[in-house]
Amino acid sequence: MRLAIVGAGAVGRSVAELAGDYGHTVTAIADSSSAAVDPDGLDVAAVFERKDAEGRVGTAEPEAALDAAYDALVEASPTTLDDAEPGFTHVRTALERDRHVVLANKGPVAERYEEVMALAAESAGNVRFEATVGGAIPVLSTIDNLGAKNVTAARGILNGTANFILSRMAAEGLDYEHVLAEAQDLGVAEPDPTFDVDGTDAALKCVILANVLHDGGYTLADADVDGITDVPGSALDLATEDGRTVRLVGEVDDTVRVGPRLVPGHGTLAVSGTENIVQLETRYAGRLNISGRGAGGPETATAVLGDVGLLE
Amino acid sequence: MSDRAEADVRAYTVRLELVDEPGELLRTLEPIADNGGNLLSIFHERGNLTPRGHIPVEVDLEATPERFETIVEALRDAGVNVIQAGRERYSEEVTVLLIGHLVDTDLSDTFSRFEDCGEASIADVSLSAPHGTDEVSSALVRIVAHEGETDRALAVARDVAAEKDLNLVEPLTPGGEA
Repeated sequence: MRLAIVGAGAVGRSVAELAGDYGHTVTAIADSSSAAVDPDGLDVAAVFERKDAEGRVGTAEPEAALDAAYDALVEASPTTLDDAEPGFTHVRTALERDRHVVLANKGPVAERYEEVMALAAESAGNVRFEATVGGAIPVLSTIDNLGAKNVTAARGILNGTANFILSRMAAEGLDYEHVLAEAQDLGVAEPDPTFDVDGTDAALKCVILANVLHDGGYTLADADVDGITDVPGSALDLATEDGRTVRLVGEVDDTVRVGPRLVPGHGTLAVSGTENIVQLETRYAGRLNISGRGAGGPETATAVLGDVGLLE
Repeated sequence: MSDRAEADVRAYTVRLELVDEPGELLRTLEPIADNGGNLLSIFHERGNLTPRGHIPVEVDLEATPERFETIVEALRDAGVNVIQAGRERYSEEVTVLLIGHLVDTDLSDTFSRFEDCGEASIADVSLSAPHGTDEVSSALVRIVAHEGETDRALAVARDVAAEKDLNLVEPLTPGGEA
């Protein structure tokens, strides 16, 4: 397949670098200020050498990537809230051209799910977005397999940064600020970790899950969201003494809630480090637990390229 | 066949709060015996104080429902603080974390109000204030509740926490963990 990739951050870059292994050709890559386009296939290594040296992937306008020759558009630009722009327009442009869309950007399916689905219904192209929930963990394809109506609830640990901070605080008896600084040094937390620690990122994933389970109807505004910034080390110490711990848990049934919750210290949900886990409650088959790496370039690219494979 | 009233004798648990004064326990037991209750056991938690600073006492007794009502009334008339008068023991429990300026916002009052719904009681509290009581502190609170009342107890705790600007960290599955 010919891929156009919008977004040249960790995920977009990994998709481009791994696409060849999966037998695909990258015909366009765009970052926020430029694009590189070659209908015969880009030299991905050369594009990112340029990006590293000059801060841009090419000399064309970014919009040129959307007009390029491709079979599937990979939307991996940063997630934006509310109108989910410019990601939403990228999705619309590709679908109106009857091309497929694979999203790593959470915005369009969290904030404008029904509009995205309506556009897809009118298009010869399909929309897939496995990468938006739980990184490499096959959450949406599992729900697809089970049938959304057979999944009565979902919950999980869907933000690796918040989980890393809470598990380090509990293990080392350290306070939030200390562990956050360590996480930033390790590259586990972004320089601006707001969306990770205030629960927004986990909430977006839960909203997407709610949209999938209920065929739309949810945006971030419908989620009850609380973060981890107000959880002191002393609270984790008390929980640990009682055989429990605190995790940032997202819960989806008819409602969407994200917040710190007490969980058993050695329970299924007490994953440590940056690990993510999703629990699905099924109508006829009890509970399913799926865990793995919920973020990172190659991990998220694995989900993106899995989706691309399903479009062939 | 025994008569109906006899067959209707049931076991009850009465939870009382006593002021720590001589004769207080005896004063409590008299109305029970006087009104036809059969004392089964008395659990006098000396050394343990309720959030109000009283001594909690749990009394198990047998009586018919009518006699039991008379007993509870007689206890209240005698000025005994009856916290719980019911057939069931607390059969559910839920543990929560409470975080914030716990001392400044009157921890005793917070806990009393957790119990105000009448269906729940604070069973255990661990408090941690590593930076002194002026800073944010944490409390792990075990709440016991009557069957099916955990959600109500949690809702009350949620309201009190919100009003006092405290953070309440709830367990994932109220009433017990999978």
